[in-house]
Amino acid sequence: MFKIEELKKSLLISLWFAFLTFPLLVIKVNPIERTVLWRWENMVYVAIGSFVISILVRLFYLHQERRRERVARGEITLGDPWIQTLLSEPRYLYPFSAAVLAVSLVFPFLFSTYQTNIMITALMYVVLGLGLNIVVGLAGLLDLGYVAFYAVGAYSYALLNYHFDIGFWMALPIGALLAALFGVLLGFPVLRLRGDYLAIVTLGFGEIIRLILENWNEFSQGPSGISNIPRPGLFGMELSLDQAILYLYYLMIAAVAFTIFVVNRLQDSRIGRAWVALREDEIACQAMGIDKRKTKLTAFALGATWAGIVGVIFAAKTTFINPASFTFLESAIILCIVVLGGMGSIFGVIVGALILILLPEHLRALSDYRMLAFGAVLVTMMIFRPQGVVANIRRSYRFESKVDGEAR
Amino acid sequence: MEYFIELFFSGLTRGSIYALIALGYTMVYGIIGLINFAHGEIYMIGAFTSFIVATVLSIYGFPLLSIVLLAGLAAAVWSASYGFTIERIAYRPLRQAPRLSALISAIGMSIFLQNYVLLAQTSDFQPFPELIPDFDFMEPYAHVVGSSDIVILLTTAVSMIALTLLIKFSRVGKAMRATSQDRTMAMLVGINVNNVISMTFIIGSALAAIGGMLIASHIGQINFFIGFIAGIKAFTAAVLGGIGSIPGAVLGGFVLGLTESFATGYVSSDYEDVFAFSLLVLILIFKPAGLLGREETQKV
Repeated sequence: MFKIEELKKSLLISLWFAFLTFPLLVIKVNPIERTVLWRWENMVYVAIGSFVISILVRLFYLHQERRRERVARGEITLGDPWIQTLLSEPRYLYPFSAAVLAVSLVFPFLFSTYQTNIMITALMYVVLGLGLNIVVGLAGLLDLGYVAFYAVGAYSYALLNYHFDIGFWMALPIGALLAALFGVLLGFPVLRLRGDYLAIVTLGFGEIIRLILENWNEFSQGPSGISNIPRPGLFGMELSLDQAILYLYYLMIAAVAFTIFVVNRLQDSRIGRAWVALREDEIACQAMGIDKRKTKLTAFALGATWAGIVGVIFAAKTTFINPASFTFLESAIILCIVVLGGMGSIFGVIVGALILILLPEHLRALSDYRMLAFGAVLVTMMIFRPQGVVANIRRSYRFESKVDGEAR
Repeated sequence: MEYFIELFFSGLTRGSIYALIALGYTMVYGIIGLINFAHGEIYMIGAFTSFIVATVLSIYGFPLLSIVLLAGLAAAVWSASYGFTIERIAYRPLRQAPRLSALISAIGMSIFLQNYVLLAQTSDFQPFPELIPDFDFMEPYAHVVGSSDIVILLTTAVSMIALTLLIKFSRVGKAMRATSQDRTMAMLVGINVNNVISMTFIIGSALAAIGGMLIASHIGQINFFIGFIAGIKAFTAAVLGGIGSIPGAVLGGFVLGLTESFATGYVSSDYEDVFAFSLLVLILIFKPAGLLGREETQKV
């Protein structure tokens, strides 16, 4: 099945990568002590690694081609994957969601506080991912400055509490509203921009917000950040640290459930369908009488709202924030969640967030390579599976006659 | 007045580096309509390669001139190889895919390369060996303009002239212009479009690497993160001049460099990056076609 030429090709690729990575991976200089460290073993790893990967990629393409041929010959049919059946059929979906909910409710009693704490972070990213999913997945607007809204939420709680002693529950809607306002503020100027320009402007916007937070000491206390932010209160009760974490966990579960509910309803609403239309074809969408301006602005505002909410919760959870938490990498992680899970798919985004946040936390050895893996995930997903792990289900209607059940 | 001249020259130096990087953005955009997000990383890899080669050679006691030439050559060769490989891996399979896919792939590549250098080398700032000595004849002007500024300006000028000649008169250059005008038509008249696109990445990456080496030896230190900010600023320069236009990228680079230099000199140095980003946002809103760019009409 494998020809000599194929092996030769892979060998050439591995030689090329050995050459490519030579200066950066093999040589390590110490300019102060003036010593050179030659790490030849890295070259061997790279050569072997790239050889294996190139063969795997080729096998993957071969497999796909065979499959396509067999489908063309009618030997097998491409059925719906089981996960789609699970998500689209109510008789599977309801028990499944109930089971997930039950597990998540008893989770803190089965695992340690440390695990619960990590789970809270993962759930925060679920909500962030779902929020960004509105902008990127549904409306097709690539927003690289999403973290700015997250920062707006976090800082609005921190500053309101610092200056006016406003509590968590008051700050939550204010943070969400402020973030939405910033979403509209960003949305207005970029209305006319096309996909890739939009990405860069949002990236610039995110960086501007961070730089302002870092440099405007009188306003935000600069790089040293704001500390002693109170945790959320429960009817004025004093909570111990463990209890506070438990409370926050259930708060996050409620937030995730609420987000899923709202996003799900949004998706099927008039505005949700307008977003999808906008993503597919802007001009055709306008020709159908959809107000492009309004549709884009609501996408930005509604996406930003979730980031604002999570920002407030983040400030309350860590009790300390500084601008270093709101770098571009944070936006990239959230984007990676959406892309890995499947753009536009709610279930996919949840799976993506859990994979990307929990995996590096539990495999400590991998955590150094976390960002490297995130970058690789973005590229590989786009090349091999652009629809994500759990693809969004295209809504389709089939007319079934009541008598014989055949499609007409 | 002296302060003004000093700022002016430092602006020109910055601007010429931005221009060198911006050329890569604008050439790639002109030919495949993609913002090569990883271009800033190519520049960083160029700077790092020249740093490694120059340090190794200076430890083994090579003369300065050979160090400069070899480090520059190594930076250009390896950066070009990286540019070529990135296009093959991350962009070529996505050429028919929606724009968003290619852009996300580019962002992924950029994050990957940044962390690759971080893990392969170090996260600390590394002192870059001084490659450009202080010339004696520059002594009387040293308080307003340094020797390295002059070298950077000259190198940039030479590179730009070489690039212009290449694109105007060589066979490859003609093929490039044809491909950027109409890819399908170029294919029909027998141009190997894949090779032309690879060539564009190679040339753009080599230019970025030269810019990386020059600015790193001018500033005197590097780390893995320099590509990110430089990339965005060079992109700003490319957009400012009109993306897709080569003279535009050069003009945009100088305008951005001078703006930044004067803004930090006369207003505040805390907000250095904010000026560039705000300029970018403003141009995109008010004149998305840039100074020398063509208005793009969208066909249905």
